Amino acid sequence: MMTPANPHVVEVRQMRFVRGKRMIFDGVDLDIQRGKITAIMGPSGTGKTTLLRLIGGQLRPDAGSIMVEGQQVDKLGHTALYQLRKRMGMLFQNGALLTDMNVFDNVAFPLREHTKLPEALIRDLVLMKLHAVGLRGAWQLMPSELSGGMSRRVALARAIALDPMIMMYDEPFTGQDPISMGVLVRLIRQLNDALGLTSVIVSHDIAETRSIADYIYLLSNGKVVAHGTSDELDRSESEWAQQFLKGLSDGPVPFHYPAEDYRRDMLAGENVVVSNR
Amino acid sequence: MILSVIQNLGQKGLDFFQRLGRGHLLFVQILAGIPGLIPRFGLVIQQVFSVGVLSMVIIVVSGLFVGMVLGLQGYNTLVDFGAEESLGVVVSLSLVRELGPVVTALLFAGRAGSALTAEIGLMKATEQLSAMEMMAVDPVRRVLAPRFLAGFISMPLLAAIFSAVGVLGGYFVGVGLLGVDEGSYWSQMQAKVDLYNDIYNGVIKSLVFGIVVTWIALFEGSDAIPTSEGVSRATTRTVVHSSLAVLGLDFILTALMFGA
Ligand SMILES: Nc1ncnc2c1ncn2[C@@H]1O[C@H](COP(=O)(O)OP(=O)(O)OP(=O)(O)O)[C@@H](O)[C@H]1O
Ligand SMILES: [Mg+2]
Repeated sequence: MMTPANPHVVEVRQMRFVRGKRMIFDGVDLDIQRGKITAIMGPSGTGKTTLLRLIGGQLRPDAGSIMVEGQQVDKLGHTALYQLRKRMGMLFQNGALLTDMNVFDNVAFPLREHTKLPEALIRDLVLMKLHAVGLRGAWQLMPSELSGGMSRRVALARAIALDPMIMMYDEPFTGQDPISMGVLVRLIRQLNDALGLTSVIVSHDIAETRSIADYIYLLSNGKVVAHGTSDELDRSESEWAQQFLKGLSDGPVPFHYPAEDYRRDMLAGENVVVSNR
Repeated sequence: MILSVIQNLGQKGLDFFQRLGRGHLLFVQILAGIPGLIPRFGLVIQQVFSVGVLSMVIIVVSGLFVGMVLGLQGYNTLVDFGAEESLGVVVSLSLVRELGPVVTALLFAGRAGSALTAEIGLMKATEQLSAMEMMAVDPVRRVLAPRFLAGFISMPLLAAIFSAVGVLGGYFVGVGLLGVDEGSYWSQMQAKVDLYNDIYNGVIKSLVFGIVVTWIALFEGSDAIPTSEGVSRATTRTVVHSSLAVLGLDFILTALMFGA
């Protein structure tokens, strides 16, 4: 076993990221601890998915740094980046299954691409991973024949196929019924503890996320507004944290995408171009 | 007003050159991915099937009709000079030098090029390409390069099939219906069609068209705006741009090959 020198698998420092004219991140500092489950929560559209893409090296920050396993991802060359990604698993918000293959081949895809395992072994591995997400019986369905929640579970099986070091889950709980939700929560916990993974969960589902997260970051308006363990956040003074965790509509968290004054927009009538069609 | 027009023009120009740059970058990346396909040639074969074999029907049917029309038109012109014996030469030269490569490329752009763009564009829109990247699988090498190679391989074969079927079409009309002598149809063709000048040049044309059409289709797909509207526009652009490119390049190649 490698001796982990650094207790943080991911370190984000003073990271800024701009999309068009919109500042998505404005000086974010964040650490993902090795072997723990870290949750990243925040209102819709704050850039949680964007953050995962930045960690995966698909987007580059405009300033600051993102270190993964001691390597600065935005400075890595093509080969080194792909080498690093072999140790990362990511569950996409919509599953992103390859639509020209069935469920089995989707889960087998990373194994076939990156290993030279014999087909019999691949078969066993794939069925094991599918069994873990409760979809072993669905192995021959095509992605178009799956429901949204099923797709996401297949995508999870695919993401863990190569036994990554870091798992990033983008909204793993949305679209799951209470039973599969419970199974998923336990599965994520088990994977993390049994395989010694480090997990990052992006989610809105406060109850489920708090039940498994060891550490929570709350994001809003491009900044980390609060962080700590679930209990620490409960006791925190931050109005923001209180509002988000309790789901109140009144408070410092805006529900609206930044916009002109509502009354002005409504009264302006024809003078304002709302759509540029 | 004028300022905004100029600004608009400038923006369009910039966008154009940026796209041109991205297109060439992609081309280089695709070429770099081709050596990696040698141990996994199955990926290419699979694509030759969906790009090439599935275009066969339209190629065969079009080739037959084009050959029949050539037979009819050629006969009507030649008979005035009493030269209808040379019908085989007219039909086969028109096909091998020009119509075979060009019409095949146009049909290929419409049948296979548009399908490629739509497929890649949708893979982008549904984040399949992104997901591959995160699985440390380079989509350029895994998805684009095999399709490119398949287009490159399929186009000359399709053009050859088109020409062969066309020659048969000319034969049915000329010999079967209009009474041209069968022996001279074939023997004049055999005597006048030159392996280097005619056949090789035709093959070179179709190789060039294969590269260009497939490249445009793959680029449009991977550069599409990832929405249904973006993909549909990219598909249209593939057909329009690659058809224009084929016709323009055909003139240049013809001038170079047969000009002087
Ligand atoms: N391709 C893009 N181009 C421009 N802006 C984008 C693009 N993708 C996302 N954005 C913007 O970035 C912001 C963050 O998006 P992101 O998808 O990261 O949000 P999120 O926190 O994951 O939201 P949700 O919880 O709804 O999934 C959004 O406000 C969106 O408008
Ligand atoms: Mg998101």
